[in-house]
Amino acid sequence: MSVRATLAGTRADGRAALVGYLPAGFPTVEGSIAVLAAMVAAGVDVVEVGLPYSDPVMDGPTIQRATETALAGGTRTADTLRVVEAVAATGVPALVMTYWNPVERYGVDRFARDLSAAGGAGLITPDLIPDEAGDWMAAADRHDLDRVFLVAPSSTQERIAMTVAACRGFVYATAVMGVTGAREATSTDAPVLVARTRAATGTAGLPVGVGLGVTNGAQAAEVAAFADAVIVGSAFVAPLLERRGDQAAGIAAVTRLTRDLAAGVRGAGSAGR
Amino acid sequence: MTTYADARPGPGAGATAGPDASGHFGRFGGRFMPEALIGPLDELEQAWRSAMADETFRAQLDQMLREYAGVPSLLYDATRLSQAAGARILLKREDLNHTGAHKVRNVLGQALLTKRMGKNRVIAETGAGQHGVATATACAYLDLDCVVYMGEVDIERQSLNVARMRVLGAQVVPVSTGSRTLKDAINEALRDWVTSVDDTHYLLGTAAGAHPFPAMVRDFTRGIGDEAREQVLALTGALPDAVCACVGGGSNAIGIFAAFVPDPSVQLYGFEAGGDGVETGRHAATITGGDVGVLHGARSFLLQDADGQTVESHSISAGLDYPGVGPEHSWLAETGRATYRPVTDAEAMKAFALLSRTEGIIPAIESAHAISGALDVAAELGPDAVIVVNLSGRGDKDMHTAAEYFDLAEAGPELGPGEARQVADERAGDLHFDETPGETDPLP
Ligand SMILES: Cc1ncc(COP(=O)(O)O)c(C=O)c1O
Repeated sequence: MSVRATLAGTRADGRAALVGYLPAGFPTVEGSIAVLAAMVAAGVDVVEVGLPYSDPVMDGPTIQRATETALAGGTRTADTLRVVEAVAATGVPALVMTYWNPVERYGVDRFARDLSAAGGAGLITPDLIPDEAGDWMAAADRHDLDRVFLVAPSSTQERIAMTVAACRGFVYATAVMGVTGAREATSTDAPVLVARTRAATGTAGLPVGVGLGVTNGAQAAEVAAFADAVIVGSAFVAPLLERRGDQAAGIAAVTRLTRDLAAGVRGAGSAGR
Repeated sequence: MTTYADARPGPGAGATAGPDASGHFGRFGGRFMPEALIGPLDELEQAWRSAMADETFRAQLDQMLREYAGVPSLLYDATRLSQAAGARILLKREDLNHTGAHKVRNVLGQALLTKRMGKNRVIAETGAGQHGVATATACAYLDLDCVVYMGEVDIERQSLNVARMRVLGAQVVPVSTGSRTLKDAINEALRDWVTSVDDTHYLLGTAAGAHPFPAMVRDFTRGIGDEAREQVLALTGALPDAVCACVGGGSNAIGIFAAFVPDPSVQLYGFEAGGDGVETGRHAATITGGDVGVLHGARSFLLQDADGQTVESHSISAGLDYPGVGPEHSWLAETGRATYRPVTDAEAMKAFALLSRTEGIIPAIESAHAISGALDVAAELGPDAVIVVNLSGRGDKDMHTAAEYFDLAEAGPELGPGEARQVADERAGDLHFDETPGETDPLP
């Protein structure tokens, strides 16, 4: 299932999509499948399955702790594909969010093939820019996968245009200059970056997703007012870290958060958990 | 003596032929970085290129290097080591530079560039603390704020260098993530940089990372080779047969190689940290024992597992204890222009003792890897060979490790005259003195 179809649907409904991230293998492989199923049941439209990596330079402490837990628990690349398969079976598109080296090591075409076979939608690649992505662009075409690259406040207009042209599914606008992690206030850079990105996509063109820092429904509503998708990561991981060892409590907390965020992307939502 | 300012990219420095416009050395290098850092990397490249084209900048850097850092360093004809080695060995004395290593060249270059970019804050990673100390030094000298990221494990291993950095006014930030060593300190510095890039320069300590770092660090350190090439010509009237250096991230090696790459008669040897032996898996021999992948912004050789997760490296030498290597070395290895070999901890420590006792020069343990490798090259090339070895740093920082390795620390005060020497001899083993042509026992 592709992200393209889902985002066309939410756009037709006049709302933003909710994209939820969780690393595969956190708190365990089975645990991540259970939590993601709860997120989907409570209203996440698109899932980002994180592939745990030893050197996550774009991630703040919350996601680092989760991916370290996953790696310490023995999570392998094949486990990430297994989580993707489980999510795809729930009927929502599942993207893999991965640093580049694990894909290169697995074999770019082989990874694309196995991801496609697992029902995965495509890849979000935080440390792969289109300039270096020749092999992946070709593999994504061969296996009809979405490819989500990032734009940032520091991107020039030329780079934004080049990146948008390389994306399929949506383009990921990293709203702040920084690493992943919950933030109190949404960035004032975000609307500006989205406007600059839309100058490259055209109004009815490639959807723009905004991520980094959203923690509650009110922030999601704020972002949903100018973006096509609201991407939430650390906020899902934090309550699970707090409730480690009590999966039921973790899932309950994540479900509450998802409902609030899902209301947010529909224009409502609260300011706290 | 050619100074830094008028050292043109040497005869055929163009033949170094790298990187291309997008920062690639063959299939290596490039930019595997978050998009948020691509703009800043472009700005850095522009600032660096414009600085290098600016006579005033180059003259200022040249003056700093001469008057503050003690550059050009000597090329020393190491006759007693040569006797032991069985070939003529010339040592490029980077150990005599201010702060005790080649690293000061790169650090002063980048710190001056930081000023030129109008930034007032510098961040750096450090493993052993050598690059951290050099950076803290340059920041004190040029009045820049300095933050050094250092893994908690390394902070414990290198407490004196932590103190040195703090004395110099730097803030040392412990890194508690991942393996809590150098690679995690680089991750943390990158996380800082993406947040602070408007007023902060990331002063990377070696010729690795995303473009333009490998080329920029090479060009700030290539004075080593430019000087050595001229010095060896003046001394012997000919080019050397071989040039040897140790390889961690690769800055001292590329710094001395760059001038000789266009000289086909000069063999280039890089010696990696073989740790307990490449076959044991406990090593830092990235090119000899690793595979191609992407780490810290570039495609290069690295130590990784079957899933592409970075594997921890092992070496007695903290400065070589890094699971990656600069992309230009991967390219020189792949094209066959340079040869890379592992040197084990034990071999390096033997060379450490040999140089100390034949020349009265205590090398950094990193540099001892180059000495050890050069002994093998000497044996291969024979007595007429002239070999230049980059003595990248001095061993003061390593006395704790050496004392422990040779069992001198505990026993020290209770040993009578000659006894400590005996213990060390046992540990260092046969130093090959008997095989020395024309001399049976050069030790006094
Ligand atoms: C004296 C010395 N030599 C060599 C190195 C290794 O670094 P590189 O390979 O960048 O020269 C270090 C690093 O700390 C060092 O201190």
